[in-house]
Amino acid sequence: MSVSTDTPVSTKSRRSTTVRQNLTGWAFVAPFGIVFLALLVLPIGYALYLSLFQKSLIGGTRFVLFGNYIKAFSDPSFLDGVWFVIRFSIILIPLQMAVSLAIALILDIVVTRFARFSRLMIFLPYAIPTVIGALMWGFLYSDNFGPLAEIFESFGRQAPDFLSTSLIFYGLLNIVTWQWAGYYMIILYAALQGIDPTLYEAARIDGASQWQIVLRIKIPLVAPALVLILVFALIGTLQFFNEPKILQPLAAGAIPNDFTPNMYAYQQAFSLANYNYGAAISFALGAVVFVCVYIFLFATRKRGSFMS
Amino acid sequence: MSVTPVQATDTRRKSRPVIERRRSSARTRGRIPLNIVLALLMIYFLVPFWWLIVNSSKSSAGLFGGGSSLWFADDINYIQNLIDLFTYSGGIYARWLGNSALYAIVGGVGATVLAVLAGWGFAKYRFVGRRLSFAILLGSVMVPMTALVIPTFVLFAQVGWTNTIWAVIIPTLLNPFGVYLMCVYARDAVPDELLDAARVDGAGEFRSFLVVALPLLRPAIVTVLLLSVVASWNNYFLPLVMLSNNRLYPVTVGIGLWQSTASSYGAAGGQTLWSIIILGSLVSVIPLIIAFLTLQRYWRGGLAIGSLK
Repeated sequence: MSVSTDTPVSTKSRRSTTVRQNLTGWAFVAPFGIVFLALLVLPIGYALYLSLFQKSLIGGTRFVLFGNYIKAFSDPSFLDGVWFVIRFSIILIPLQMAVSLAIALILDIVVTRFARFSRLMIFLPYAIPTVIGALMWGFLYSDNFGPLAEIFESFGRQAPDFLSTSLIFYGLLNIVTWQWAGYYMIILYAALQGIDPTLYEAARIDGASQWQIVLRIKIPLVAPALVLILVFALIGTLQFFNEPKILQPLAAGAIPNDFTPNMYAYQQAFSLANYNYGAAISFALGAVVFVCVYIFLFATRKRGSFMS
Repeated sequence: MSVTPVQATDTRRKSRPVIERRRSSARTRGRIPLNIVLALLMIYFLVPFWWLIVNSSKSSAGLFGGGSSLWFADDINYIQNLIDLFTYSGGIYARWLGNSALYAIVGGVGATVLAVLAGWGFAKYRFVGRRLSFAILLGSVMVPMTALVIPTFVLFAQVGWTNTIWAVIIPTLLNPFGVYLMCVYARDAVPDELLDAARVDGAGEFRSFLVVALPLLRPAIVTVLLLSVVASWNNYFLPLVMLSNNRLYPVTVGIGLWQSTASSYGAAGGQTLWSIIILGSLVSVIPLIIAFLTLQRYWRGGLAIGSLK
């Protein structure tokens, strides 16, 4: 509300406006605020609290301060899991971004009914639960149900087994890319559609080729969307759980219970009832994710982007 | 931070065909390879669906009979498989579908209401502590939600909420990213002058929110609702941890259970189970596919909120 400053009533009226702004603002935010405190702040605090204790059959529960964290960061199961998700992210995220950006750029150029239809079809895997997605690919990989064996046999070769220890990495890489590339593509496509087309006209008049327009105009202008995608992908991948959990019964031996940090935390808490250590792993993983993402956003921040 | 509202994008798109036509002749040559690339990509993205549609038509004999896994067997067995699916284990599959729908709708609607209110509050009111709480909100988008599951489980266990529907619904109410999306959208989509006009006309704050703002926020509301419903329908880790009674399972956890049971029998032992798992997977993805196809015009613009800067 704009209060004219040169009238005598203004101070009083402005004060009451501020009070009202405060009260109404908080009234709108409060319901979410309560949920936020109860379901985010409280569990994080509680995880930290739980993680400071150790439970043993003989000694009962005792306070160990950072004992669980010292244990976790020297526990090969946890460290191997962290190393796996980091390696996986390093390969997966650039791959996913390249695929989704390439598709979005093609769809931005080709404007036919076929292109519109394919945009929808490529997005479709996003609507599929990750559990079902992993299950579907598990079937496609398996030699009982899958077509790989048929296809490779017709060429006289042996089919690669994506559920084996040596290839499970690629098997999972393919599933996650398939599941999310369409969603990222839609975000990038919308960002591309938001670019003012007169920029392309101007560039063309200056003699720019299609490639130069893509590299010099389109990609730089969708950079904020790429950063957003990268952050989502990083957060998602570091807490990897569903896909390996679902493939576990099919991929005998290739996916142990400590395959990813989240699977390890799950096993500790719910198979071994060791909530304290499970909470410590969860908290450590959460902290790792938070710090990684924060550093990344800080490094790539620009005026007017996500963090400012 | 200025986000181009969807309306602005739409008007720009309208001016596009003119330019498109002018330059189309120069670029028709490049189009055919691009269309081939698109066709190949589409095949890749649709193969798993095709496999599911084909193989859910097969009887277990057809499934294990050694025919091609990418083409139909001699007998099309959809009806019998559907009957098997919905009668197996006392018809528990229908119950799982119902549970998924309940969790997704109650949790999704609840999360959306909270996000719309809070997003509006952050966008339009300069209250004390706003900057700090918004910074905390942005930080919380980076907290991996699975890290909260174990402590939430232990907390819920102490008040006896685990293994109830609330154990799955209540945690899905938390959607910090939804609040962020609503705030960013509301800031630009509802002009302050419009609110001032409503206030001058004597409308209270909440009334002007309901009457003036809500209709303008519709694309963002549908998007946040769709994202929350999808996240809840697709959730696996949370219900897996919270629920031990299989009559409360959502369909994701239920099919996961069947799959691990069938695997433990070995491929040959669980033959009937495999054919209902395949059809069960197909049936479980249909509702969300329909939702996405029918709500297309809303989410297409909405999904980009927050990424256009």
